[in-house]
Amino acid sequence: MEQNQPAPNTRRIAIDPVSRVEGHGKITLLLDQDNHVQEARLHIVEFRGFEKFIQGRPYTEVPYFVQRLCGICPVSHHLAAAKAVDQIVGVDELTPSATKLRRLLHFGQVLQSHALHFFHLSSPDFLFGFGSNLAHRNIVGVLEDHPDLALKGVKLRKYGQQVIAAIAGKRIHGTAAIPGGMNKSLSNDERKVLLGDIADIIAWSQDAVALNETIHLQHPENHAFATLSTNYLGMVGSQGEMELYHGGLRARQADGSEIFDQFDYTQYGSAIREEVRNWSYMKFPYLTAIGKDKGWYRVGPLARVNLCDSIPTPLAEAARVRFRAFAGGAYVHDTLAYHWARMIEMLHCAEAIQELLNDPDITGTDLVVHGEKRAQGIGVIEAPRGTLFHHYQVNEQGLIEKANLIVSTTSNNQAMNESVRSVANHYLDGQEITEGLLNHLEVAVRAYDPCLSCATHALGKMPLQVELFSHNGELLSRATKNSDGCAVTPHPLAPSPSRGEGEQEIQSLSPSPLEGRPCKGLGAGLG
Amino acid sequence: MSNMFFIDGQEIAFTPGQTIMDAALAAGIYIPHLCHKPGLTPQGSCKLCTVDVDGRSASACTLPATAGMKVDNNTPALQEVRKTLLQMLFVEGNHLCPTCLKSGDCTLQALGYHLGMLDGHFPPFYPLREVDASHPDVLLDRDRCIVCALCVRASREVDGKNVFAIGRRGANARLIVNSPSGKLGDSDLAADDLAAHICPVGAIMPKNHGFEVPIGRRTFDLHSVAESDVATPVTLKKTEHHDE
Repeated sequence: MEQNQPAPNTRRIAIDPVSRVEGHGKITLLLDQDNHVQEARLHIVEFRGFEKFIQGRPYTEVPYFVQRLCGICPVSHHLAAAKAVDQIVGVDELTPSATKLRRLLHFGQVLQSHALHFFHLSSPDFLFGFGSNLAHRNIVGVLEDHPDLALKGVKLRKYGQQVIAAIAGKRIHGTAAIPGGMNKSLSNDERKVLLGDIADIIAWSQDAVALNETIHLQHPENHAFATLSTNYLGMVGSQGEMELYHGGLRARQADGSEIFDQFDYTQYGSAIREEVRNWSYMKFPYLTAIGKDKGWYRVGPLARVNLCDSIPTPLAEAARVRFRAFAGGAYVHDTLAYHWARMIEMLHCAEAIQELLNDPDITGTDLVVHGEKRAQGIGVIEAPRGTLFHHYQVNEQGLIEKANLIVSTTSNNQAMNESVRSVANHYLDGQEITEGLLNHLEVAVRAYDPCLSCATHALGKMPLQVELFSHNGELLSRATKNSDGCAVTPHPLAPSPSRGEGEQEIQSLSPSPLEGRPCKGLGAGLG
Repeated sequence: MSNMFFIDGQEIAFTPGQTIMDAALAAGIYIPHLCHKPGLTPQGSCKLCTVDVDGRSASACTLPATAGMKVDNNTPALQEVRKTLLQMLFVEGNHLCPTCLKSGDCTLQALGYHLGMLDGHFPPFYPLREVDASHPDVLLDRDRCIVCALCVRASREVDGKNVFAIGRRGANARLIVNSPSGKLGDSDLAADDLAAHICPVGAIMPKNHGFEVPIGRRTFDLHSVAESDVATPVTLKKTEHHDE
């Protein structure tokens, strides 16, 4: 299925862009004359380059720099980088007030992101049907037909952003974390305002859980939709409970058997490696314990709700128990259950926000700890879309030398492609292709809530292919840059060089290869 | 009539030898500027204080006031000229406000807001400039230098040192460091020198600090750049912790 060369007598269909996701990507289908699917792929066509262009910048700028990766969950990047910078300034533990402020900020972030994803982006698919009228299948349609539901969604997101603004100064791209702590605490007035609405937020989050639970239970046809039996990776607390800000890593196979648990994330390089394939700007990570072929895994709400032994807030825990009971206590592999799990997490965030707002430490002013400088820092958090890794090395002058980011969506890359293939095979194969059928592919991708902007940050390692066609569509020449940065120009019309050959060592943070560097014996570079 | 002149029709007193700028600031009248600080020798390089004096353009920071002089300052035409000058300063360097730790305390940024600058207008130069992080306490980021020479004058005239100079000419002019290696770490700059704190932009910054002043409490969150008490003391607040 995953092939590079279009076979004769095939036609290609592209969904470009994939809509109602963050960032820009496209899905391509290769169909033969009988509409049988020969190939189905999710391509990530954006290019960002953050890992490269923060090199040479002072480490103090990094938490503010990298949050610009995204406008949906900038707080996740801000906090992951801040945790790494804490280590660079020699701080392993913040003051209680600073830790709780960061947790509150993060819960606000996850809440608003999850609300955005379900209500604004995904709910039209479930309220109107995957193949329903395209013109109506959007948030405006939801506002017309279900105004109460849509407004609750808008207000849930707004509340999460109010939490962020109270702590970071702005809803998007504020400032909060500084090396070794936070730059402000919550005032009593801010606390009162936020507490004033929290009961509604919890109630509406419960409604959202119930709605998703009902949708999933009442639509058995959704259970196998794009469903994959996969490994899962996520963070858990010391007691195995759900933990979004700081804990150990847990990875388990589809049957629940352990791969690792309470794994120190600063050693992530020994647990995860990344593969580069020459048709996508997004890398393919895998668990080294399982290997490249079967070591791919899923992250995000489905992984976290499956992996944790409990959720430390009562309403969300009750919802988790019902969720797991759906699969008879085993892991829920239904890809569309991502939405259900996401709403359980939103409920957990709402409850956790209430707890933190009632905690006296949240208005404390002891906010900064100092330490001795170190040469590197690794920060990991559970972002709304999954486990997020930030790794920085600095020189003796405090400038960034190397950076590696493994963004949540990257971890779901293989799974999203597998889901797209699954849907293509089951729903589209042999059919006359319609927009409604094509939306099924997007529904599969949308379940993962991918942030394609965040996920394409590498520079210098990107594979690239340039093809020259004649006016009648005949391929005249092709130039390819491999994932190791080597540029090759094969003989015109010769098969493309082997794909999927790239592999990046994480632990060593190997420097980016020279762009356009000629490969030995393989001819001239790309221009 | 003696020792009086007019700015936008308002009669202003001056002392003999006083520049238009200093007389205006003393009278609470704001004339936009970047390279000027009372007490230091006027430089006249940023040209943002361009005013019309009896029908001719002049720099308010270098031209002495004379009796009966008629100065146009806050006119739409002059504000437009100043905005254009500001846009040229922005595109000539690499001014990335979203990630610059001077954001909110930066006079260049504040003037952008004050003059209603919505874009750079001109194609950016994207110059390749060197970051000098060799000093243990002070970072020199030439990407943001606007060659105002405030640090040059502060070092010479207040600190009694000679740490900075402007090298080369014209479009190639850039801030250089007077040390054997040309690096800040080899100079005698001290963290509490005025030269280490006077930069109106983010070119000379204290190292090892993040956004310690939260949004809402930064200099230009609380004050307009046109307030003369803000315009006069160009100091950095990054090392203070303002949470109360």
